[in-house]
Amino acid sequence: MSDAIFDRVRSGLGELAQDAAVSHGVLVVNAAPAGVLPLVHGLKAAGFDMFLDVTAVDWPGQSPRFEVVWHFYSTSSKVRVRVKTRVAEEQPEVDSLVALYGSAAFMERECHEMYGIRFRGNDDLRPLLLYEGFVGYPLRKDYAKEQEQPLVPYREGFQ
Amino acid sequence: MNDKVIPIRSEPTGAFEYISTKKDELVGWARKFSLFPYPFVTACCAMEFMAVSSTPYDTDRFGAALPRFSPRQSDLLMVVGTINHKQAPILLKVYEQMCEPKWVMAFGACATSGGFYQNYATVLGIDRIIPVDVYIPGCPPRPEMVIDGIMKLQDKIAREQHFILTKGF
Repeated sequence: MSDAIFDRVRSGLGELAQDAAVSHGVLVVNAAPAGVLPLVHGLKAAGFDMFLDVTAVDWPGQSPRFEVVWHFYSTSSKVRVRVKTRVAEEQPEVDSLVALYGSAAFMERECHEMYGIRFRGNDDLRPLLLYEGFVGYPLRKDYAKEQEQPLVPYREGFQ
Repeated sequence: MNDKVIPIRSEPTGAFEYISTKKDELVGWARKFSLFPYPFVTACCAMEFMAVSSTPYDTDRFGAALPRFSPRQSDLLMVVGTINHKQAPILLKVYEQMCEPKWVMAFGACATSGGFYQNYATVLGIDRIIPVDVYIPGCPPRPEMVIDGIMKLQDKIAREQHFILTKGF
C-alpha cells in the first residue's frame, strides 16, 4: 500500500526525486544541498505535513564529510520519507526549513551545536543542550569523547 | 476566690532532674535526629527517592523525612541523579546557600561517580564540585541502602565536633 503512495509522491516530485528508493518501508531521497528546499516544498505540498527530525552523520575520511538527514511524516497517508544531502567540512551549510515547519527551529539548533552544521535562514542557533562557551562539536568523530569543559572549577585533588 | 497555694517542691525526687553529658554529644544527638533534606533531584533515581520517602520505609524514624525546598532551611543536600556540566553551577549555588551545619549525600551511582556515563557532558562524581559525606551506590539504590546511608550519616554526625559559638558569632 505504501509503495503505491511512494510511487505517486515520486511521480509528483518529478526531477526533484531522481535519486530515490524505498528502504525498510521509508522513501529515501538523496538530493544536492541546493535541491533540499525545493524538494521539501514539494513534499509538503504532497501531504508530508509533519517535520520529525533533522540530524547529521559524520563520515570521517570521506568527502564531502557530513550527511544531513531529515525525516518527514504524512499524517494523512501514514508514511515517512527521509531526505539526505552531503555537505563539505569547509562549508557545512544547508537551508533552514523554519519557514516551512516551525518545529524545525529546535532540531536545527541541536544539530548545529552537536555537528556544527549551519542552517541558512535560522537566526537562532544558540546552544540548546550545551552551554555558552562550549568549544567544538561533541558528536563529530574527531571530538574526544571524554573531553570535558567544566563550568565550575574542580575541587583540590581532581586535576 | 481560690486562695489555695500550690507549694513549690523543693525536695529532690531523684527522677531525671539533672543530666551530665558532653556538649558535642548532646548537640550531635539533637542534630542527627533533625536532618531536613533538600532533594536535588535530576534523574531516574528520583523514583527511588520517592519510594524511600514514602510511608512503607518511613524515614521519619530517623528524623529525615521532612523535605525543605529551600536550601536555606535544610541540613542535608541529597543529590539524586546525574549531574552534568551545565547543571554543576546550579548545584554549587544551592550548596553554598545552605547554612552550616550541612551535609551532602551522593544518592546513586551517577552522583557518586558519574555512573555509566563517561563523556563530555557528565560530571564524574559530585565530589569534584562539593564535598560529600556519604555515598550510596546502586543504579538506583534500594531504599534499604538509602536508610543505611542515613544511619551512617547519623553516626558520623554523632561523632563530629559541633561548634556552637564561633569567633565570628
